[in-house]
Amino acid sequence: MKTKCYDRIGEQVYSEKLENGLTVFVVRKQGYNKKYAFFATDYGGADRRFKLGGRWLDTPMGVAHFLEHKMFDTEDGNALAELSANGASPNAFTSTDITAYFFESIEKFQENLEILLSFVSIPYFTPESVQKEQGIIGQEIRMTEDEPDYAVYYGLMKALYKHNPLRDSVAGTVESIAEITADTLYSCHKVFYNPSNMVLVVAGDVDPEQITAAARKILPKEPGELPQRDYGPAEAMTPESGRFEARMEVSIPIFLMGCKAIPPVKDIDFLRQELIGTLAMDILAGRSSPLFLKMYEEGLINNNFSAAYEYAAGAACTIAGGESANPDRVFELYKQAAGDLAAKGPDPELFNRLKKAMQGRQLRSLNSFETICYNTARGYFRGYDAFQAPEVLAAVTREDITAFARDNLRSGDMALSVILPKNA
Amino acid sequence: MQEVLRKQIMPDTHLTCVKTDKFKTCTLSVNLIAPLDREAAPKNALLPKVLLRGTAAHPDMAQLNAALDELYGARIVPLIRKKGENHCVGFLADFIDDDFVPADERILEKTAALLGEVLLSPTTHGGLLRADYVDGEKKNLIDEIRAGINDKRSYALDRLFELMCDKERFGVHKLGDEARAAEITPMSLTRHYQSLLSGARVEVFYCGAHDPARVEAAVLSALAALPRSGPATPVTTDVRLEAVTKEPRVFTDKLDVNQGKLTIGFRLGKSMLSPNYAALMVFNAAYGGSVTSKLFLNVREKLSLCYYASSLIEKHKGVMAVSSGVECTKFEVAQNEILAQLDAMKKGDISDWELLSAKRAVITSIKANMDKPAGLEEMFFDQTIASIKITPDELAALADSVTAGEISEIASGVELDSIYYLTCLDNGGDAHEN
Repeated sequence: MKTKCYDRIGEQVYSEKLENGLTVFVVRKQGYNKKYAFFATDYGGADRRFKLGGRWLDTPMGVAHFLEHKMFDTEDGNALAELSANGASPNAFTSTDITAYFFESIEKFQENLEILLSFVSIPYFTPESVQKEQGIIGQEIRMTEDEPDYAVYYGLMKALYKHNPLRDSVAGTVESIAEITADTLYSCHKVFYNPSNMVLVVAGDVDPEQITAAARKILPKEPGELPQRDYGPAEAMTPESGRFEARMEVSIPIFLMGCKAIPPVKDIDFLRQELIGTLAMDILAGRSSPLFLKMYEEGLINNNFSAAYEYAAGAACTIAGGESANPDRVFELYKQAAGDLAAKGPDPELFNRLKKAMQGRQLRSLNSFETICYNTARGYFRGYDAFQAPEVLAAVTREDITAFARDNLRSGDMALSVILPKNA
Repeated sequence: MQEVLRKQIMPDTHLTCVKTDKFKTCTLSVNLIAPLDREAAPKNALLPKVLLRGTAAHPDMAQLNAALDELYGARIVPLIRKKGENHCVGFLADFIDDDFVPADERILEKTAALLGEVLLSPTTHGGLLRADYVDGEKKNLIDEIRAGINDKRSYALDRLFELMCDKERFGVHKLGDEARAAEITPMSLTRHYQSLLSGARVEVFYCGAHDPARVEAAVLSALAALPRSGPATPVTTDVRLEAVTKEPRVFTDKLDVNQGKLTIGFRLGKSMLSPNYAALMVFNAAYGGSVTSKLFLNVREKLSLCYYASSLIEKHKGVMAVSSGVECTKFEVAQNEILAQLDAMKKGDISDWELLSAKRAVITSIKANMDKPAGLEEMFFDQTIASIKITPDELAALADSVTAGEISEIASGVELDSIYYLTCLDNGGDAHEN
């Protein structure tokens, strides 16, 4: 077992790669009541085409998420109920590129950890249980289809990408999940839930040796193959279409602007680009940026405006949006400001100040076990150490921001997605 | 280790100080507690937003935000909360601990001073809050009130309480209504601001690694200009024990949605005469507040009727709501099942497994909240409003000793008051309109 100390942020992390290929991280946190376990697979809504037994297999939209719901079924009942009855608060999520199962508990942590490792590694599906889940998830899909934030996001993805699976909802559609059978679920579990494709991260006042002992006891002994997946041919850097528009029951137009970014290719570059991208978006459109302040003071945007850099499924992009009576005007100003940033680089005083603020935010995020575990897992899957973020950020320069803006905030390649009120 | 200190630091002004070194940040909140009132509600909601636009020393957002950036990204966010029939407005600041700052920057004192400045020394024009800030934030407030409809789940809950408590102060939305918001002027807001500052009870909360004496000194210095002129407005909530009418009142809104929302409102009844909050929490967890609850296991998992069906309790007012997202054509089946599960609890149908699971859920949620700065803040604030003197640890211990009999006793007093359907345009709805 390796131990790493990060003095700058006052954290200590233990890690070990087990014989079966699973990597385990333990972040020791003292003085907390709770302990938190996060067991994740490098498999999400975008991983629809993959290799199994030497052949490429295409699966319907929504399988990763469906599988996440069904994994809680065990031969003896339901792990969600079992964990809850044992004092844990369990949950799970599926994103574009990760499926994670986690719980926090105050007591019986070790016992609960064994339940977690067991139900995630032992699939149990029946045609009846799959059919029942189609009802529940069908309702979840209907619910999210009514959410304007969801509609505006996928609208933008469709406006940006031609075929990347980011275009489609992680949960799929009522029609696509109707194609899922118990066999589909078993195949996907076999490929993606083998220990080599997974990571276990635990945070809290725990003994790291006990965590690895539990993983050795419960999980399969053999490493599986690392899955091969296909997100389709590389995308052009131009948007598929410049604009998406729909009408829904909303009170004020909701909008999201975006631009494809050049995806990073290796390990620490993911982290570097993520930090540069986040800081660049802060400088361009964050709450202290001249653009934000001008638009806010003019009443063009409100407090719901935000900006971010994102990476998933082999694709990266910058996005910004919120609510506005005049999204087209915001889009114009945003493109102008992006063009200026790329041409002139950031104001030195603003750059230093926002970098300092971001360093504070990084520290703040270490209060949250959820964030710590998620970032650790995500870093592991992409080949970097998330705890290095403070030192990587410290080395970011003004020129990095200018170069990022030039490459990734190209005002000519931007798309706009808008949800307009029904009766306007 | 966690040490809690509570003391009065000025007339009608208390500081609760949780000393712990487990977090990397410190949290400081200031809350003014006013009665929830239809006329005052939009003014209360507007005030913190206007105050955050600029202070005498930092007269615009650019300067105020820059000051916060310089404090390593400290934040000051507005707080607008409804607790029973109290309207609580103020600010929550969080900032990193001195340990992680290169030199001796005294972030606590600087952030507390900035917070005090935002609360007490706004930028003014002719003695009034600046008209451009009031107008700009008024427009934002109206947008926010209208945007309530964007999230159908919370909108349905807001509508239920608005309709169910239309004759009670609790029926007032925490943002107020659009018409009254539109009437606010710099003059009316400034007057309201002055009376709120002098008349409201003030609760200050801190959690972090600093010594309580240092926190108290920083807060006293930051709040030195707070007018404390007379006895503060009392903190009260009128608790109604019975349903308004014998037969439940039914309300329906039609919207162009895929999924309907079924929301049912109850009065907690006689248990509110001397509330046992630990037992109420366990009751809620057993009925619909957890994944081992009757609603989750029966309405969602067994009947596969909906993605969510859950209950929540507003303990200050003594009301409960069940909210659920279902096909508009299946309202009746879902509603029957939701009410049948409550009837089962009234009859004492609570298994050992259900009781134990509900207790574990409550205890875990209390203890896990103690591990989050914002969770601690809310928990201590709630305790203050409800005049609960026990610590969260003691509350958790009490939850552990709740019996099935106590839960059934609570259930037996629960009365169905109102049902609210948010239904689709094309189908459903009609069958339920009595």
